[in-house]
Amino acid sequence: MPPLLEVKDLHTEFRTGAGSVRAVDGISYSVDPGETVAIVGESGSGKSVSAMSLLQLIPDPPGRITKGEVLFNGRDLMKLSEEEMRHVRGGEIGMVFQEPMTSLNPVLTIERQITETIEEHRGTDAATAHARAVELLRLVGIADAERRLKQYPHQLSGGMRQRVMIAIALACEPKLIIADEPTTALDVTIQAQILELMQNLTRRLGVALIIITHNLGVVARYAHRVNVMYAGRIVESGSAAALYHNPRHPYTIALLRSVPRLDRPRQARLDPIEGSPPDLTRLDAGCSFRPRCRFAIARCAEAPPPLLPAGEPGQLSACYRANELGAVSGEAA
Amino acid sequence: MTVMETATASVRERGATATKAAPLLQVRGLRMHFPVTEGMIARRHVGDVKAVDGVDLTIGRGETLGLVGESGCGKTTMGRCILRLEKPTAGEILYDGVDIAKVSRRDLLALRRRIQVIFQDPYSSLNPRQKVGSILSEPMRVHGVEPDARRREERVRELLSICGLDPNFADRYPHEMSGGQRQRVGIARALALNPEFIVCDEAVSALDVSIQAQIINLLEDLRDRLNLTYLFIAHDLSVVRHLCQRVAVMYLGRVVELAECDELFDNPMHPYTRALLAAVPVPDPVVEATRAFQPVTGEVPSPINPPPGCVFHPRCPLAVAQCRRIRPELRELRPGHWVACDVVQ
Repeated sequence: MPPLLEVKDLHTEFRTGAGSVRAVDGISYSVDPGETVAIVGESGSGKSVSAMSLLQLIPDPPGRITKGEVLFNGRDLMKLSEEEMRHVRGGEIGMVFQEPMTSLNPVLTIERQITETIEEHRGTDAATAHARAVELLRLVGIADAERRLKQYPHQLSGGMRQRVMIAIALACEPKLIIADEPTTALDVTIQAQILELMQNLTRRLGVALIIITHNLGVVARYAHRVNVMYAGRIVESGSAAALYHNPRHPYTIALLRSVPRLDRPRQARLDPIEGSPPDLTRLDAGCSFRPRCRFAIARCAEAPPPLLPAGEPGQLSACYRANELGAVSGEAA
Repeated sequence: MTVMETATASVRERGATATKAAPLLQVRGLRMHFPVTEGMIARRHVGDVKAVDGVDLTIGRGETLGLVGESGCGKTTMGRCILRLEKPTAGEILYDGVDIAKVSRRDLLALRRRIQVIFQDPYSSLNPRQKVGSILSEPMRVHGVEPDARRREERVRELLSICGLDPNFADRYPHEMSGGQRQRVGIARALALNPEFIVCDEAVSALDVSIQAQIINLLEDLRDRLNLTYLFIAHDLSVVRHLCQRVAVMYLGRVVELAECDELFDNPMHPYTRALLAAVPVPDPVVEATRAFQPVTGEVPSPINPPPGCVFHPRCPLAVAQCRRIRPELRELRPGHWVACDVVQ
């Protein structure tokens, strides 16, 4: 089966007063139909920009997608006109953002926000759209759908609003949903409800999901495959099991070691990653994790290491010493 | 047992014995109700937000008590009452024998020297127009601690280096620093007056994972070095497990469970604590695959009209008829393990 989505060598730049920032610096990955792929990284790693680039939602200026192909169902989204892209966004690809209060329109009823999408993409009449809206709210677990449809976003709780966002994302039966930190703004028990809902629905409806998150626990529970980003590049990629138990990039290893665990008694001091993420306006030719890496060698300063197979089948790592790291990561797990 | 484990165990024991000695802070029957009014001119009092509704807590000298719960459970209001940023509706907060809720203005100033706070957001809790040096010396000027300007300057440099920053950062503005560096400045400011007790209100929540670990280690080092007592308010349970000796779980203004840290996480008894722990995914796909997980249904009810009886009963899988009528009090079900539930045994 061919992949549903194939991203090839995507580059996105932002021109700022301090110089040009390569927010996404040549990333490639694919998503199979029905698969859940997580993109993990810290603030500024380019994880959100990479997803917004797929949908061409980068404000220009200052941003610009400078290079790359995004093959979705065999078509290159980068070659589509703005009009064609509008049909892709919200139609073939659904979106769920972090803050449902700012992504919903505060002056429109819930019903209008759902039916607008349906009427725009499907050209259906109002009655059909209304029936579909009721069906969607039930699907996302909102009781009393008829009453809720007449309400405005401020009358709903945060969890409820995120359910509405998911309903809108599902409205036109997309093949792919991109969820950017969908539960970061929510409380733990509500976060669990929303993530379970997304998992159940994507499984049942066969929708693929790209979930962007900084939460390593969420990734472990829900993702099939993981791409770890650092300073605009994918530094490691593979199945969730491989990455957590046999990480082959120093950043992944360090990240897993630096989080305290809820399921174990405290063992020792945390092992943090020293220093801070790099200034993207001042990147040099070498590997950008080098200044914080305890495995760095002279060669790391010469050129960024390419993403190559390492560890388990399907696992890729952008580190010259990936093959030596097996022993180290075994000790980490 | 490795050296590290022994050290950890001794820290934990110290916390446990500290609790038994005279507590540094004792909260009794604390209530903080915020009035809800209607009408623009003739304001009518139509109800109360019961942010904190009858809480008892003690914190021993040198202990770190974790206060956890979801938004609106009252954990931040608890912290604000202890700092006397709110005047509680009822109850007492005894700090070293003095009631913070009733203390006079002059005595309050003296108390504030001993009790400090670290806030969540390092971007909004530092004045953007003040240099770091001036931010750090301000508490000393206000309290007249270090009247000599030269000595103050030395103290600023010392504070910066204690918190892992270059002493020359005194000449920088907050916007010239990263989030992690700003949070270090926030910690240095809290230490400026040599306090004994620090309220850490979501002190590491806004930071990225790699920076968060650095700040957690710093807070631990300072606690051991300066013999500090922390009230650690947080929603991230794994951070609490790592840093605290005892933990109190709050729900809708009440403490529902209180125990030693490992006891609480390994053997949670209140249905809400169980739901909360089950909801947190663990960064390990193998562990996750073996966890049977059923998210708790429903949402937190409004604190204006909390449900009668046990506040958790509408969402509780174990609720029986009496939970709707009788408010459960904290009971000591195992030594040191207190649970506000009449159903679990």
